Amino acid sequence: MSFQIIKHYYGDIPEENSGSGIEKKEVVKTAWPLWEVFIRSKQGLDHKHAGSLHAADAAMAIENARDVYTRRMEGVSIWVVESIYLHASNPDEAESLYEPANDKIYRHPTFYQLPDEVNHM
Amino acid sequence: MLVQDMEQIFQDKIDREIKIEPKDWMPEAYRKTNLRQISQHAHSEVVGMLPEGNWISRAPSLKRKAILLAKIQDEGGHGLYLYSAAETLGFSRDEMINDLLSGKAKYSSIFNYPSLSWADMGAVGWLVDGAAILNQVMLCRTSYGPYARAMVRICKEESFHQRQGFDALLVLSRGSKEQKAMCQDAINRWWWPSLMMFGPKDSESTNSDQSMKWKIKRKTNDELRQQFVDMIAEQIKTLGMVLPDPALKWNEARKHYDFGAINWEEFWNVVKGNGPCNKQRLAARNKAHDEGDWVREAAKQYAEKKRNRAKEQAA
Ligand SMILES: [Fe+2]
Ligand SMILES: [Fe+2]
Repeated sequence: MSFQIIKHYYGDIPEENSGSGIEKKEVVKTAWPLWEVFIRSKQGLDHKHAGSLHAADAAMAIENARDVYTRRMEGVSIWVVESIYLHASNPDEAESLYEPANDKIYRHPTFYQLPDEVNHM
Repeated sequence: MLVQDMEQIFQDKIDREIKIEPKDWMPEAYRKTNLRQISQHAHSEVVGMLPEGNWISRAPSLKRKAILLAKIQDEGGHGLYLYSAAETLGFSRDEMINDLLSGKAKYSSIFNYPSLSWADMGAVGWLVDGAAILNQVMLCRTSYGPYARAMVRICKEESFHQRQGFDALLVLSRGSKEQKAMCQDAINRWWWPSLMMFGPKDSESTNSDQSMKWKIKRKTNDELRQQFVDMIAEQIKTLGMVLPDPALKWNEARKHYDFGAINWEEFWNVVKGNGPCNKQRLAARNKAHDEGDWVREAAKQYAEKKRNRAKEQAA
């Protein structure tokens, strides 16, 4: 046997070994936009990012989100927003954005050492 | 900054167990490895629905049918979580689906074996999902954030898969002579392919370390495989069945089960497209995709029409 064995794991099979014999097709662009899904798990809690999915419109996005993210009563409310409308901070600027908060420990209650009688304040 | 410096900072983050997120700088090979692994994992979930789909209409009771449907629906969801994670690495869903349909992309070889009897639904849940779970539990701590989050969600759903499989086999194992034989037969056929799911032996690997160094993986193939053998060799006692391996034996010194040699030639044959069901699986996926064409198109047109109407009303 002369094949070269490349280390791989479940779910990581080298593509050189393809052998299905099916012709490659043209990429058909469905072009359904991407949506971000936010789920409120319980009345009174924040909506939390759950994941994303593709859908033709908002109504379909909500329906799909229900099927995909709330099959076990994980939610009581769903928000969807088209991913292109999300704006994010730049990770390269993380230092200048968040660093200044680092040396302001007086913003935390533990900074203040009070006498024992009132320290539960 | 030099690329070497960037790589150093990157490795440093990995070493400190800081997750890598989509917008962070990452070595091209890290991106590619993750993309390949996550998309193949997604394809495996999707193709994995086929052997089980085969038995929906023939499940022995309404209860089993409902359970099987729920499980298969979960697998579809797993595929979706993973496709979304893969998309964050800059490859579109359409391209991934296309690579699956054309046969370029790979998926787990296990799904190229046929599901011949109802007992196979039990064996698949217990052994195949069981093997997948060990891998996936490890991947909950993988270094790429979106992949790790998808895995956490998936693992929450998986344990039901393995338990319902064992439960189905348990019923058969306590049934008639024929049912017992069916149970044993399914175990016989799925055992070795399940062991192959963990991939080649560590000693036959050429680039084993990079995935470990980047903490994409945290255990080697052989470690996971051993963990699986130890688990199943114990659980099968409850079924009163045997594993089809005369070499299987508890090794007191190692504190592990020893087991026989795996037929790697068979494994590579299936990977290369010559398994019992490779052609059938891809044909089924292609058929489903083609037949869904008009639905996708109609939904797109409908959404466009609604958008235009909203614009007209606004004007
Ligand atoms: Fe799954
Ligand atoms: Fe599963």
